[in-house]
Amino acid sequence: MTVLETRSIADQPRYDCRDAYVETLAELAEADHRIVGVVNDSVGSSKLNSFRKAFPDRLINVGIAEQDMVGVASGLANGGRIPFVSAASCFLTGRALEQIKADVAYSNTNVKLCGMSPGVAYGELGPTHHSIEDIAWLRAIANMTVIVPADPIETAAALRWAAASEGPVFIRVSRMSVPKVYADDYSFELGKAITVREGNDVTVISNGTVLWRALAAAERLAEDGISARVLSMPTVKPLDTEAVVAAARETAGIVTAEEAVSGGGLGGAVAETVVQHHPARVKILGFPEFAPTGSAGYLLDRYGLSAEGIADAARKLITTGK
Amino acid sequence: MTLTVEHATMPVLGRLPIHSSRAEQVAHIAEAAKQIRIQDLKLVHHAGAGHIGGDFSAIDILATLYGAVLDITPATVNDPERDRFILSKGHVAGALYTTLAAFGFLPVEELATFLKPLSALNGHPNRNKVAGVEANTGPLGHGLPVAVGHALSAKLDVSMRRTYVLVGDGELQEGSNWEAMMAASQYQLDRLTVIVDRNRLQQGATTKETNDLDPLPEKAAAFGFAVVEVNGHDHGELLDVLSAVPFRPGKPTFVIAHTHKGHPISFMSNNVAWHHRVPDAAEYQQALKELA
Repeated sequence: MTVLETRSIADQPRYDCRDAYVETLAELAEADHRIVGVVNDSVGSSKLNSFRKAFPDRLINVGIAEQDMVGVASGLANGGRIPFVSAASCFLTGRALEQIKADVAYSNTNVKLCGMSPGVAYGELGPTHHSIEDIAWLRAIANMTVIVPADPIETAAALRWAAASEGPVFIRVSRMSVPKVYADDYSFELGKAITVREGNDVTVISNGTVLWRALAAAERLAEDGISARVLSMPTVKPLDTEAVVAAARETAGIVTAEEAVSGGGLGGAVAETVVQHHPARVKILGFPEFAPTGSAGYLLDRYGLSAEGIADAARKLITTGK
Repeated sequence: MTLTVEHATMPVLGRLPIHSSRAEQVAHIAEAAKQIRIQDLKLVHHAGAGHIGGDFSAIDILATLYGAVLDITPATVNDPERDRFILSKGHVAGALYTTLAAFGFLPVEELATFLKPLSALNGHPNRNKVAGVEANTGPLGHGLPVAVGHALSAKLDVSMRRTYVLVGDGELQEGSNWEAMMAASQYQLDRLTVIVDRNRLQQGATTKETNDLDPLPEKAAAFGFAVVEVNGHDHGELLDVLSAVPFRPGKPTFVIAHTHKGHPISFMSNNVAWHHRVPDAAEYQQALKELA
């Protein structure tokens, strides 16, 4: 696979991953009659209007009822269907957490949970609508696979992988526009980190909407003569421990950067791995608190998830060890 | 007290031929219910744990479903076209395991592992470990949404397979049930049957004292269900009603089965103390005598 060569990733055109989501879901549904969508009235916010038009019977809308939505998905799977539950990640994972645990993960049903507009995508709508906890919550549940795609190409590839695999999967689908990080021939491999930029001084591990910012940070670090390795970690669970340990061993430290709480998510997973296998300097970037009012972009910048913020954290880690 | 294979000796009854008369079917269910109760009593007494009150409240319903209603046999337990039964009140797992054993889904001697370390027979059922279990229930308010999902899958498949879900009455205090009932009605899932084990007792008090469900028939009707009330310990009534669904085309069915926790044991019946009390030696002997 090739990673796109660009002058700066920050200058590239931006895409809404939900477009790739609905396009891919329709393509999968066309090929496999077992695939159905399940929503909590979230047809518009999931951009599923065209899907509903193409497959009117196969978009189950239970209304604004997330517990029922996830239970219904489990029952549909019992009947041989492959449900793709599509709902705002904050309500899907928060309201229906016990259904996710019991009806999907513990029952081990073939349900795909698609957390729409995760992280702080809803910006000014505030912490009730932010979903910065979803990764930490779902990572704690056995049998659950957790995937955080970085761009439309990876979103589509992860969906194809999920449709073809058996068992519970959670995939974040962002509404925040992002540049393409991958080339069109990218194919998703579960539990594998992708070295999107080589480097030996320091490592940045990231995913989702923050990955391109990590690449932009590496560009800035290069200007200072710092060679930063950037690992894309789309699969938070199961984690590519080998890639993490190699980064801990081969570079001066690891900065993790994600659109999520700064504990229990990707950063937490990396820290757990490093501590147990190869202790190293780790700085976890994320949200340590309920975010104040602000747009998604503003909030990412404010909590150090901008190119400059990530670059600063890397410089500091190298020089001070913190 | 230790549960051993000596305490797991119930007869395997299986199903009667399909052309059997109603009287034969009812007698068969009655015998199954009796044997299931005796075996379940032994399990709970010797294992020293279980929910015997709720078990005995639900056993006549379970025996009727597996004995004469559900289109499912040990040979078709994985057939995509089988009827589905979901036990939402998962804490009566002991009654379910014993029923599954009575009808040949589970080796009778496996009952001796009930609640033991690494047993497949956990305190709440696990579909990945026990053939015939459709959903991992235990937390209340989960079975009905799953049943709605299965009934939807059958409708999408244009299949005649039916979905039955048994919920406790106290369990209906969970809001997820009412979410699911609205969806069942919206999607006109008339091959879905919700059976309420209406024993009017929850963990430590009556439902009336706690969070009264009445008027339950009117509530279910207002949520779009065809509502039927039966004596939940009368095998004939249960058989007639559970085999006759749907009652109204386009409407899911809500069967309120009036039951008593601990039925028919004199000192357990309708006694809130028997939610998960374990009978001591004297009570065990007395209960065995009453069941024989």
